[in-house]
Amino acid sequence: MLGSLALLAGPTYLWLLVTIFLPLMAMLYFSFLTIAPIAGPGGTFTLSHYVDIFTKPVYLINLKRSLIMGLEVTFFCALVGYPAAYLLARQIKNRWREALLLLVVLPFWSNALVRTFSWTMVLSDNGLLGQWLHVLWPGGPSLDLLYSYKAIVIGLVHAYLPYMILTCYVSLQAIDGTLAEAALSLGASHRQVFQRIILPLSLPGLVAGSILIFVPVVGAFMEPRVLGGQQGITFGTIIESQFTTSFNWPLGAAMGFVLLAVVLIVMALFFPLLRKHLN
Amino acid sequence: MVMKHNRLFSLFLGSVALAAGLATSLGAAAATEIRVLNWRGYGTDEKFATEAFEQQTGIKVVHDYYTSDQEMRTKMVTNPGAYDIVNINTQFVPSIQAAGLLQKIDPSKIPNFASITPALQKHPDISVAGALYAVPWAWGINAYAYNTDKIKDDLTSVNALWDPKYKGRISMRDDSIYVIGLAALATGQDINTPADMPAIKAKLLELKDQIRSFWGSEDEWLKGMAAGTYDMGAIWSGGAARAVRRYKLPVKFVIPTEGAITWVDTLTIPATSKHADAAAQYINYMLSKAFYVKWDTEVGAAMSANQAAVDALPADAFNRAVMGTPEVTSRLRFMKPISDEQRAQYLELWQEVKTEFVQ
Repeated sequence: MLGSLALLAGPTYLWLLVTIFLPLMAMLYFSFLTIAPIAGPGGTFTLSHYVDIFTKPVYLINLKRSLIMGLEVTFFCALVGYPAAYLLARQIKNRWREALLLLVVLPFWSNALVRTFSWTMVLSDNGLLGQWLHVLWPGGPSLDLLYSYKAIVIGLVHAYLPYMILTCYVSLQAIDGTLAEAALSLGASHRQVFQRIILPLSLPGLVAGSILIFVPVVGAFMEPRVLGGQQGITFGTIIESQFTTSFNWPLGAAMGFVLLAVVLIVMALFFPLLRKHLN
Repeated sequence: MVMKHNRLFSLFLGSVALAAGLATSLGAAAATEIRVLNWRGYGTDEKFATEAFEQQTGIKVVHDYYTSDQEMRTKMVTNPGAYDIVNINTQFVPSIQAAGLLQKIDPSKIPNFASITPALQKHPDISVAGALYAVPWAWGINAYAYNTDKIKDDLTSVNALWDPKYKGRISMRDDSIYVIGLAALATGQDINTPADMPAIKAKLLELKDQIRSFWGSEDEWLKGMAAGTYDMGAIWSGGAARAVRRYKLPVKFVIPTEGAITWVDTLTIPATSKHADAAAQYINYMLSKAFYVKWDTEVGAAMSANQAAVDALPADAFNRAVMGTPEVTSRLRFMKPISDEQRAQYLELWQEVKTEFVQ
């Protein structure tokens, strides 16, 4: 029994070990070196990259900025995604539901870069959104969202919303409909049913969606760069430029691990709160 | 009718195949293939060029691409023998040569070398101890251009980028070396070893209200310029040329009176190449008048290092009439190699400035 389990799970773990763990370990090693031993002689041991990250304002400010961006995007995804999932799971039936679910997944079928660049056409002053506004409200204020912090949040919320809708949908759909009926027949209001039955039971979906969104958004670099213009600097873009423009892999790796640690700490802070609800 | 058409077409195909077969059997002795490593869409991979060259010599040219100088260096190190020609910017030639990755080039095998602009033949970073390792091929200027429909002033100074008149109408290249070069010009310092870095940082911070967006690729810049998202933008001369030639945009390139930040791209032959002679032939073709005139008039090109090729352009061509004049040549300031430490410092300074922008 145990042998066949190992046979089944073994290749998967081996694969994870080789593809995730080993490269990560190599990067962890690089992050303590003065120069990356890729094209030339190896560097020597140093802690300077970690010291820089925790002492220089340029890294601290942008780390904070990225964390706030992650929280905001997650919040807006939940704000839009949860009600959408609720309607899909509990109000809309049959073929309509299938069609709408398909529409939710549709953005995943297009390339992320293409999606982001198409936002630049929508958000610019003479873009689609601005033109519609001028038609609906002639002489109205000019709508110029492109190259602002708002544009980054809009682009990211659009990119990650499907995760929230799908995870919430799965947990909402699994709730037994008779639970709500029983509560209603015992005199609970609709509000009470939602607060004391639906929301607690669907919390795992909300949490899973939030984690799936928060983690990549904190490290996002493509959307901020394309949509943010002058507001586009984030912790993620700084990491990216260490690899692509200055060949400073050790600093980029160190920044990556600091980000990983911070994300884990944020999760650890929320975990006791969640465990209470999840059990 | 359809049938007849098809038959004609297959007849045509057949004759093409026959001709191709003849060509290959004729050139069988020298049936070589050379591999070029370059930026995508940058001269060497123009279809007309590889086809004409193959027809003349029987040598087939295939391409591989890089998207950053670092990637180019990594590819050269990790794929020995994979490339016969690599385009390397002079900023990187000395370090790559020192790593033993390049072979000596005999200028006599490249007849067009003789007419390369003297200043470029004497470029300090292409030769070591009198031996040539990199053939200057194309060069250009990093400055800025503006939309002449929207901005009627005749701009000549780099300081226009700081002029409050153009507040919020500028797109800047998101590249630390690029912006520090412009700021060095604006503060009257040497572009390669600016002495007063705090002054440069202060100057860059003043750009806060001027900049509307940043761009990463030339294509991005062209699209924003075409859409009117900004009216002025930092750009290299070749990009401005393509804006005019290919997209018919009302764009004028400015060669600043304070000096012109000049980069030079060279064609090199890796030490591990087995087709050095064939590579030299293609380098010679890349410097030829025939190639350059077509490249500039049909596509929009950087400056050719070969003065004879530039002089063969139509008299009104920007690259001949403006860029190629002695007055401009006297203002050129060549970009020198930068150490990795200096590069990291520049990047950090630029990130500090950008962080100030978002505060």
